[in-house]
Formats: sequence, structure tokens, C-alpha cells
Amino acid sequence: MFFLDHIWLIPLLPAFGAAMMFFFGRKLQKATVNAVCVGVVVLAFLFACGAVWQYTDYAHSNPGKPYQTIVYTWLGTDTGHMNYVMRDGKPAAFQADVGFLLDPLSAIWLLFVTGVGALIHIYSTGYMAHEGGYYRFFGYLNLFMFSMLTLILGNNYALMFVGWEGVGLCSYLLIGFYFHRHSASTAANKAFIVNRIGDAGFLLGMFTIAWYFGSLRFTEVTHAARSGHFAIGDPIITAATLLLFVGACGKSAQIPLYVWLPNAMEGPTPVSALIHAATMVTAGVYMVARSNALFVLAPTSMKTVAIIGALTAIFAASIGLVQNDIKRVLAYSTVSQLGYMFLALGVGAFSAGVFHVFTHAFFKALLFLGSGSVIHAMSGEQDMRNMGDLHKRIPITHWTMFIATFAIAGIPPFAGFFSKDEILWQAWSSEGGAYRLLWFIGFITALMTAFYMFRLMFLTFHGRPRMSHEVEHHIHESPKSMTVPLVILAVCAVCAGWLGWPHSLGGSDRFAKFLEPVFAHEARVFQEEGKTAQLAAGEKEEEHTSPIEYGLMFLSVGAAVIGWGMAWRAYREADKGYVEPIAAAAPPLYDVLYNKYYVDEGYDYAFTGRRKVGDSRLGVMGLGEASSWFDSHVIDGLVNGAGWTTRAFGTLTNWWDKWIIDRLLVNGPATLSRVMSYPIRLLQWGLVQGYALVMVVGLVYFVCLMLGLSLWFWLSVGSLALLAIGYLLLRYLMRRFAT
Amino acid sequence: MAPIGTLHYLVVAAALFILGVIGVLTRRNVVIILMSIELILNAVNLNLVAFSRIWGLHGQVFAIFVITDAAAEAAVGLGILIAFFRNKETVNVDEVDLLKW
Repeated sequence: MFFLDHIWLIPLLPAFGAAMMFFFGRKLQKATVNAVCVGVVVLAFLFACGAVWQYTDYAHSNPGKPYQTIVYTWLGTDTGHMNYVMRDGKPAAFQADVGFLLDPLSAIWLLFVTGVGALIHIYSTGYMAHEGGYYRFFGYLNLFMFSMLTLILGNNYALMFVGWEGVGLCSYLLIGFYFHRHSASTAANKAFIVNRIGDAGFLLGMFTIAWYFGSLRFTEVTHAARSGHFAIGDPIITAATLLLFVGACGKSAQIPLYVWLPNAMEGPTPVSALIHAATMVTAGVYMVARSNALFVLAPTSMKTVAIIGALTAIFAASIGLVQNDIKRVLAYSTVSQLGYMFLALGVGAFSAGVFHVFTHAFFKALLFLGSGSVIHAMSGEQDMRNMGDLHKRIPITHWTMFIATFAIAGIPPFAGFFSKDEILWQAWSSEGGAYRLLWFIGFITALMTAFYMFRLMFLTFHGRPRMSHEVEHHIHESPKSMTVPLVILAVCAVCAGWLGWPHSLGGSDRFAKFLEPVFAHEARVFQEEGKTAQLAAGEKEEEHTSPIEYGLMFLSVGAAVIGWGMAWRAYREADKGYVEPIAAAAPPLYDVLYNKYYVDEGYDYAFTGRRKVGDSRLGVMGLGEASSWFDSHVIDGLVNGAGWTTRAFGTLTNWWDKWIIDRLLVNGPATLSRVMSYPIRLLQWGLVQGYALVMVVGLVYFVCLMLGLSLWFWLSVGSLALLAIGYLLLRYLMRRFAT
Repeated sequence: MAPIGTLHYLVVAAALFILGVIGVLTRRNVVIILMSIELILNAVNLNLVAFSRIWGLHGQVFAIFVITDAAAEAAVGLGILIAFFRNKETVNVDEVDLLKW
């Protein structure tokens, strides 16, 4: 089992390529860069084929068991320092290893990621031949391959998150590849920041799982979830799965975190093809599929996934109807198709969702690479209003893109029909009237998909030529390095669907059978839930292939054909001044769709604070501004107020001290004494005989008192005293005023 | 004529007392004032002696004390007078007016 035992080489090969570019890239020739970077990815693909081949052997002898190999323990020790307590009180050790898990789910992803990745690398050698930063581009692409492979091969949530972050980083680096362009660097920021919001949800979900299950390994978590120990509708599992889904919304561009994907078209076209069509955006789907055991235990989460998936599908498709940039239409198409995948996962049709990921990878990569070829031929023109009548001039591009358009519209026997139809059938046949509504949303979306894709084809390749003469002269078919991958992908777009040829049409649906070990348990549980509800309601059990399935198939093909026909009528003969039918019929609707429902503007108001209402910001930034205002006016006001109060108090104390304490209480008694002394010191005549007289008068009064003598006696003596007073007074005055 | 009784002594003493008081209050010369004070004291002595005839020897003993006291007082008073005279060159009591406001 060479390939299985050395499965860790698969991510390591592109990592080696990236490292080479990092250290030596600047000095290398273009040919060397090609040999190293493209070579490692092609090698990785071959290696992956070998590993999956050997896995099928392994699966024969170990039915139902995934292949797991642990290289070393990354997080967690034997010392017990990373022990924690689980929710139910049991102790657990936090452990995350660098380990690789290969089971049918990751095998599928492994094959198409390396396969489509290799084709896109080859394509890029032709597309980026005249661009600067050649080695940087391939270094980032290889780094991306390494991260994506880590993501899908990891055996635990922590290692998956390493890959998750890595692809986010590479998305940023590659979207902002032409960083001199302001729009490109802004788009890169937007992608990374919105992604990060999802990452927060992913992390919280991961922590909840670690806390609740005591382990992060997929095998252990799945085993615990399937053990029947947990009730369906367990609130903590619901919370964990919802948080994980938030992460998926960020990475796989669902409402409300899809806004970065249309702007991500600023990157070079191979980047759009690889990252934003085939591989990175499917990481969210992979993660939800990997956690299917948990999601099945939380019907609320499943419903949420389905509803958001369906809404995103129709929402993005409606915006894609009126966009003029060829890559933007494809970007919204990607968001819409991802909505389909989540719709599938949400109604319990896991293998249908994975099947759609598989087929979508081929035809979407083909569409993007084809559009890159068109742009290359048009000397950089991306606006479809300035294209037209290219089908004779770039025939290979035209025919390959046409095949891809048939595939995405869901026309049999091309790939998209089988996967999309399976999803719609599963949605219809789920229990509950709401699921019929979801089917209807999917149905309308299919019609819209066909319409905007054929609109793209007709505007680009048919009609009258609307480009300038300069550009018209330079139109040429792309080099072999670009057209060969297109052809290979076209073949896949035709044939890939046949792997999932449904039972109802006589096929054996090998795809679903291959995935059985991963999803069978869940499908059974889900269907049993459904069947019990059905039996409880007293309805008859559905037959294995009911006529309704054929009817729905017919309807969805009909929708695709109707969409094709509408686009034919509106755009086949499009000339210079062609009119958009929606703009003619309902101009306000056209404005809303063209401006993407003003969601970006709404986010500017609510979250980024780049747009203000009057003078103030709303949302989170507004809260920040309000807090700032509060801080500077109220809090600082209080502080200043405290200071003012202290100073005022000081002034008051000063006044009190000066006037009350000093003047009243200190000087007061002094003044009182002084004032009182004025009359008192008049007693000090300085006349000795006067003092003697007073003594005598007192003595006489006292004697009279003691002896009880009458007042007359006293007065008579007193009159003598008066005489004496008079005499003394005379004497004094004469002394004073004589001479 | 009635025999000389205590009353006679008291009246004489009172008269002397009053004369002494008048002298203290009226005379300008400090020496004369001092003499008047002596007069007051002697009047008191007379009183004491008169009463000792009736109530026992306590009066006479007290009179001896008063005499001694009067002598000391006169000495001190004259000492003050001399000190004052050295400062102000006068014995006029109207000129003793420094201790006033």
C-alpha cells in the first residue's frame, strides 16, 4: 500500500513547489517554474489516483472503515497539560494530530481537486505567459494546492482548519495578485475579512465539538454521534452545527457572506477557475458533508442549511441575469450552484450534494477557463456588451463552453442534469410542505440558470460583432496549453454525470454507492425519520421510483429548454444597441438586480461605516462612534466635572477660610475684645484718689448692707462722696485746662 | 457727766476714720495721703482696744498686729513714693496718672 502509506506526500508535493518558488523563484526561468510547479501538481494527481486505487482495495478488506494514518501529534501532550473537562464532567485531553484520512468522501475531493488543479496549472502556463510575477503566481497556486489538500485529507477539525485558513490566505494573495490595482487589493481585503467572519463561526463550532465530544478527530466524533447516545435535536449539537455552517457560509459564499466572491473576479482568470469555482468554495460543502453525523442530529441546522442554500441559489441567479462582465455572471452562477449544494445537504441528500460538487467542478472550471480564453482573445475585454460573433473565430473555446453551458443548464445527457435533478427530486420527496417550496425555488433557479448562461453564450459568441476594430483584428484562438485543458474538461463535463446515472433511468448510480459508507447511516436515519412522520400522518409509503420523479425530471429539462429559448429570442441577434428584456419590461426591477440588491451598500451602512446617514454612522461602526462620543462627552464630562467640582469646592473652602474662619472666628473675638475694651478701659482714669473714692463708696454700701441701715443713711453718706467727686473733678479739670 | 463708755471710744474712732478717709480722698500731697492712711489705721486700733475692754484681750493683740502692719506699710509706701519722686520730681498725686488708657 505504497500510496496509502505515503499519502502525506500528496499535500507535501505542492508545498515543496511553493517553497521552491519562495526561496529561488526570482532567479528561475519560466520553463523551470513550469517544470517544478506544474510538475508537482501533476505528480500529486497521479499519486492521488494511486492512493484512491489502493483505497478501493483497502475498503474491500475493511468494509466501512476509512483509511487513517497519523504522522505525528501536533497539538496535545502526554504530560496532561492540555487536559480539560468536557460538558458532562469527564476529563479529556485536547489532541490534534497531523493525520490523514482517506475515505470515499475525501477520495472524490482528492481526485477532482488534483485533477482540475493540474489542468488549471497547465492552462496558466499559457494564460500567464505574458504577465509579470510568473513565479509568484505559481508559488501561490502551489501553496493553495497544499492548503486545499491539507483541508480535505486532514483527519481532525484542527488540521482541517489549518487548510481552511491556508486557502483563505491564498485566496487573498491571488485575488490581490495585481496589487497595484486598487480594486484588486480592495477585493482581496474584502475576501479575507468576510472569510474571517466565517472562520470565527468555524472556530466556535470546533470548540463546542471538542467540549461536547472530548475529541476533534472525525472518526471519533462520528462514532460518538452515531452511537445513539445523543438525542435528535440536541441543543448543543444544533449550536455547534450552526456555528460550523457559519464558517461554511463564509468560505462557500452563501447568504449573508457571499459578497466577496463577485469582487474576487479581480484576480487572474485561472485563479477564479481554481479557487472560486472548483475547489476552495467547495470546502464549506466538504466540511458539512464530513460532519454529516452531527448535522443529522440537528434537524434545525439542516433546515437552516437547506433554506439558506435555496435562497442563495435564487438570489444569486437573479443578480446574474443582468450582469455585463462575463466573469461576474460566472461568479454569481457559482454562488447560485453552491446554494444548490447546500440545499441538497440540508434536505439530507448528502451524496446528491457531493455529486453536484463533483460535476460542478468540471463545468464551472471549464466555463471560467473558457472565459479566460475569450478575454485573452479579446485583448483583455471582459464586458459582454463589447463582444459578439466570436463563434467562428475561436471555435474550440466556443464549443467547449457550449458543452459546459448545456451541463450547467441541466440538459441531459450532460453532467449537470444528473446532479441537479437528483437534488431537486430529493427536495421534493422530503417530508413537509416547506420542502416543496424549496423544490420550487430550485426549479425557478434552474430556469434562470439556463437563461443567464445562454445569454452569456449568445452575447459573447453570436449576434453582430460589437467590439472595436482594433480588438477585432487581434482575435485569435488560444495556444494549445490553454485549449487542451478546455477539451479535457469538456469531456469530463459530458461524462462525469454518467457516474451518477440514477436508478430511475436504469443506471446503477455508482457515485452514491461509492459514498455509501460515509452517508448510508445518515440517509437511513433521515429517511426513517421521514417515514415515521409519514406513517403517523397515515399516508402511503412512496414507491422506489415513482412517476413523480419522471415528471419532475421532465419539468426541470423543460425549464432549461425554456430558458434557452428565452435567451435565444432576446440575445441571439444582439447588435450594438441591444436591449435587455428585463430593462424593457420593468426598469426598476432591472436597476435593483443590476445593483445586486444594493447589498454591498447596505453592508457599507451597517457594518463598515463607509456610508453615513447624514453625519453619523450606523451599525457596528456607528456603535463605535456613539461609544466614542459617549466617552468624550459623558465620561470625560464626568471627569472634567469632578475636576471642576473639586476646584469649585476649593474656591468655596478658600472663601470660607478667608471670611468665616479668619475674619469671623479669628479676628472676631479679637475685635470683640478690642471693642469691648473701649468702654472698659474708661475705668482706668489714672486718678489714684478716684480709685480710693470708689473703694470707699463700696465700703460704705457694704457696711450699710451688713448693718441693715436705711437708704437715707446711705444716701447721706453718699452725698458726701458726691462732694468729694465734685472736688476731685474740679481739681482735675483745672489741672487739665489751666496753663 | 456720764461715765466714759465704749460708745465714746467708737465715736472718736469713727471721727478719726472719717477724717482719715477724707484726707485720702482729698489731699494732693502723697505724703499727706500716707499720713491719712495711718490715721485710718489708728482709728481702727482705737476701735479694737475699745472692744477688747469688753470681749477680752483679743482686741489688744490684734491692735499690736495692726500697728506692726501699719509700720511696714508706711515703709513700703514711702519707698514707692521715693521711687516715684526719682522719676517724676513731684509728690502731687494728680501727677500719678501713668497707668491709664
